[in-house]
Amino acid sequence: MSFLRSSDAIILVILAVAMVLIGLVNPAFWQMSNLFSLLKSNVVIGIMALGVLLVMISGGIDVSFTAFAVAGMYLVVKVMVALDYNGVILPFMSATLIGGLLGLMNAGIIHRFSMIPLIVTLGTASVVRGLVLGLVGTSNVNINKMPTALIEFGKTDLLVLERANGSTYGLTAMVAVYLGLALLLHLVLKHTMIGRSVYAYGADPEAAKRVGFSTGRTMIFVYVTAGALAGFSGLLHSSMIWLANPRDFVGLELDVIAAVVLGGASIFGGRGTVLGTVLGVFILVMIQNSLILMGIDTTWQRVVVGAMLIAAVTVTALRDRRALV
Amino acid sequence: MTSQTNPKAQRSFLTTMLSDETARTNLLLGGICVLVLVAMTAMRPNMFLSSYNFESMAFFMPELGILSIAMMIAMLTGGIDLSIVGVANLAGITAGTLFGMMAGENGSSVLGLGPVALGVCAALIVGLLAGLLNGFLISVLKITPILATLGTGQVFIGMCLVLTGGPAIVGFPAGWNAIGNGKIAGLPVPLLLFVAICIGLSLLLARTSFGLRLKMIGTNPKAAVYAGVRRGQMIVWSYMLTGGLAAMAGILLSARTNAAKSDYGSSYLLQAVLIAVLGGTNPAGGRGNVIGVALALISLTLLSSGFQMMRMSNHLIDFVWGGFLILVIALNSWRRHRRS
Repeated sequence: MSFLRSSDAIILVILAVAMVLIGLVNPAFWQMSNLFSLLKSNVVIGIMALGVLLVMISGGIDVSFTAFAVAGMYLVVKVMVALDYNGVILPFMSATLIGGLLGLMNAGIIHRFSMIPLIVTLGTASVVRGLVLGLVGTSNVNINKMPTALIEFGKTDLLVLERANGSTYGLTAMVAVYLGLALLLHLVLKHTMIGRSVYAYGADPEAAKRVGFSTGRTMIFVYVTAGALAGFSGLLHSSMIWLANPRDFVGLELDVIAAVVLGGASIFGGRGTVLGTVLGVFILVMIQNSLILMGIDTTWQRVVVGAMLIAAVTVTALRDRRALV
Repeated sequence: MTSQTNPKAQRSFLTTMLSDETARTNLLLGGICVLVLVAMTAMRPNMFLSSYNFESMAFFMPELGILSIAMMIAMLTGGIDLSIVGVANLAGITAGTLFGMMAGENGSSVLGLGPVALGVCAALIVGLLAGLLNGFLISVLKITPILATLGTGQVFIGMCLVLTGGPAIVGFPAGWNAIGNGKIAGLPVPLLLFVAICIGLSLLLARTSFGLRLKMIGTNPKAAVYAGVRRGQMIVWSYMLTGGLAAMAGILLSARTNAAKSDYGSSYLLQAVLIAVLGGTNPAGGRGNVIGVALALISLTLLSSGFQMMRMSNHLIDFVWGGFLILVIALNSWRRHRRS
């Protein structure tokens, strides 16, 4: 019964209440097509959030992952177009690798110079975005040039339903990819030594070191995984929207961080669960997408996200303060 | 601030080397300024040394300079303010909206000095209130500065969008534009304002108990509290000062460009962090001085302007800024290790 008292359970209750309220304002919320599209919007933000969760558990903060996602996506698609290569597995592996290598750069700088992760990742984000836009290109790769294999992959559906008027809509298979990655990260965090070392490091780096964890290895694991997830999610995003835009994801880092904090992770490190993050992402995406359904002007979106972030961090700050006493 | 920094090592080193270290950093920055100046002059003598080039720098440099000083003030207590650009835009947009309401159908450009003064007051009040909100979240609710200002920054930008509906507000009164484009005795008004702010804050930080207490909080929060410093109150004041300065930068930005929009100057955030850190500010708190920030600002502005003259792409300049930030971090860390 410990689950009922965990912060995941509280988030689940908040989610249920929010869903009921939105459904009362506009019953269209409960249409299957809306729920499917909602799940689809979760995928890319969700995969990025898994990486941010990892960084936050380790006590850091990462604002460079959107730049890494752009680097993975745009470089791979550009090379595919240039070589006229059509495939799925190799490109995704390359994007993941690019992200991972960039993550290694973060880990190296943060660990080697013992510098605040926020400032380091601000710097690396600017470096990577500058290089991609300055050297690789600034123009979109549009649907007519996009490799067809990627588009086909992005179109894969798990199940297809038919509307009353005969048109069909489906639940994208990418949801399965996302949930698979989430399950994998959950298992790694809970049941492997390296996963436990992330919690230990986040709670108290000095204690983790004395217990015998290699902190350098933990940092590399954290930032490389976060980068790899970002690179993968970048390419997945472009295969889902049939477009590779090198200026994509600007400002998204704040949404993702908000979602992870909403999911109960603490910025001081040592706290956070995959389930909480998945729920946090769902709440954030649901509220963003439902503003229109509820008849609220879209210009209010930023205010709502900001206010949600402040509310979530206030609650976690109060919780952490109580836990310390 | 976070677990990765090693405050103990920095502090023992700080207490002994504080005055000397600051002077040395400033000397180094002055040297970099001269070096950049000489290098750029050697490459493009006619363009770089033209009075037009220096004049245009004198007009756009102060906005970034004031934002950097604002960032430095937030860092003195070991915090950071990621909402400064949002505050700056909100201040400009609030004033613009106010002018639009006062002028009605005639267009804001006909408004006289009275309304302009009112607009300046409104913009500064917006900045102070925004800072008050940040300070409240950080000192009363005990939210980490990064997250608190990340959230409020979103709210401020969101409010800009709500006020404008998306597009830029254009057409400010002539008196307002004079703040950003005018000259007094041949010197650009923004530059004069910037110098005045530099002198004022320099005195505030170095010669008053307020400045000393701010640095004490950053150096050792616990010791500061035992020494009788009201930590919460000081943090609120420091964020209000940061907010007010950010609003000032917003006034200059909208006055120079004669427009205000929710996403103007978004690249200033990284640059302000960079200039503050480069100018000898310790992001973990306790150390920072106005002269260092001003010197860092001048050297980076010269560098940027030089690159632009060599027709380098704007994106690569972003790359250089980011690379510079990491380089400075590495250098600082290396110096710290060697000394300790």
